[in-house]
Amino acid sequence: MAFLAVFAMALSMAAGRLADRWSDALAQSSTIRISAPPAEMEAQTWAVLTVLEQTPGVESARALSDEDQQALLAPWFGPDLPLDDLPVPQLIEITETADGYDADGLRQRLAAEAPGAVLDDHDRWRRPLAEAAGRLRVLGWLALVLILGATGAMVTLAAQSALSANEQVIRVLRLVGARDSYIARAFVRRFTIRALTGAALGVIVGLLAVAILPSARDTAAILTGLSFSGAGWFWPLIIPPLAGATAFAATRIAAFRTLRSLQ
Amino acid sequence: MISTIWPLHLRVRSGARLRPAIASAPPRVQDRGNKNGAGARGQMIEMQDAAYGYGAEPLLSDLSLQLPPGSFHFLTGPSGAGKTTFLKLCYAELLPTGGNITLFGHTATGLSRDGIADIRQKIGVVHQDCKFLDHLSVSENIALPLPVTGKGGMAQESNLNELVGWVGLTARAEALPPELSGGERQRAALARAIIMDPDLILADEPTGNVDWDMSLRLLNLLIELNKLGKTVVIATHDLALIRAAKQRVQARVLRIQGGQITAAGADL
Repeated sequence: MAFLAVFAMALSMAAGRLADRWSDALAQSSTIRISAPPAEMEAQTWAVLTVLEQTPGVESARALSDEDQQALLAPWFGPDLPLDDLPVPQLIEITETADGYDADGLRQRLAAEAPGAVLDDHDRWRRPLAEAAGRLRVLGWLALVLILGATGAMVTLAAQSALSANEQVIRVLRLVGARDSYIARAFVRRFTIRALTGAALGVIVGLLAVAILPSARDTAAILTGLSFSGAGWFWPLIIPPLAGATAFAATRIAAFRTLRSLQ
Repeated sequence: MISTIWPLHLRVRSGARLRPAIASAPPRVQDRGNKNGAGARGQMIEMQDAAYGYGAEPLLSDLSLQLPPGSFHFLTGPSGAGKTTFLKLCYAELLPTGGNITLFGHTATGLSRDGIADIRQKIGVVHQDCKFLDHLSVSENIALPLPVTGKGGMAQESNLNELVGWVGLTARAEALPPELSGGERQRAALARAIIMDPDLILADEPTGNVDWDMSLRLLNLLIELNKLGKTVVIATHDLALIRAAKQRVQARVLRIQGGQITAAGADL
């Protein structure tokens, strides 16, 4: 279970990092699309670039050349697309500063200076990605909670089995004056130590397994990025205490419930 | 799986092995007189119209009696009359279905589980079947109540050695219960019952599986404990044993018959 928990944690963190990367990359850039008659295209392009030059929060702005636009369209229309014969809009790529710009204000100024310009700040793409990142993280932690729950259920069953197997011992101990807490303590201690030890071994093996996975440097796929980074390598260390606490609580509850049924 | 825990645990708490002991002195049980452990009205156990039944029909009813500190009681009656049930009511393994039983000043039906455990620490019970843990040695079985009540330690271990010697089981201290004879089992059960220095000793047919000489030996041990101030209740159908005891101790004989408890006549 601890082994699985390490992987759930690594998956959660890797997914979060990847989504953050997508989100950050798009958050730093936006695009202006200019749709205008060919005769006005150049004038509106200059007007937009002038507006952008004066807009706080815009680090740089660049009108895409015909070659750039052709390269963008090549996957769909092939390399020999005659751009001059098609009413392809002019694209302007904007790189923002860390603080970003006022999108609503920019839209109003563009509407006044270049009526054919439309600002796309990628918000409608970025928002679902940010939400997906949050959900992926939640799913990762939910998987950890489920693993802990399964651990608790397994420990409870094992404790109940052990208590049943030792019913005669328990009855004798009760007869000589043992309190329930004394009897429960023997089971709780044993199961907690076992859970702690098992989880520690599982975490060690899990970390080794994660460490030998292929590096994410070669490709950006999520599975090859399944790893921890920096201080993230310390996060799995919380798994053994969590497993121990789960075993402690599960065994204690099971023990007292069983003991109450014995006079 | 878990069964191996407790023997190990007990070895840790009560010592790995007993040192050889040939002591034959009585155990260091304290003579605490007739006042210790008694309830507010001076009774260890008091029953008022108590009743108990395993089904709809009561096995025992209208039980009204008092067990004062330092007294010696025999409980007699035919098999199945309810002697064991009576004793179980005395250490709260069973709770009365009617009337009231007061144990050391506490109403039995109002006791919590911890309260019952605390009461049982004041009562030593010699069960008819001894109820040993077969994977523990004789000495470990005798010492069982010590770690349970947190009273283990070197002093108690020394006391344990003397106690084992007092009941004549020094040579059998490391034996397992199934290896013991009937008399040895009963003596070991008696030793376990008194190791906590209880105020009250309940013995259920302690001489049921032993010969007459061993019966007298066990009886002598119980009389000796009574002289040290312990209240003793022995359930038995052995009238000869009762007569032998009455020659040496002032014993009250109670008879259970037909679900009622009465004082036995002068024939005993």
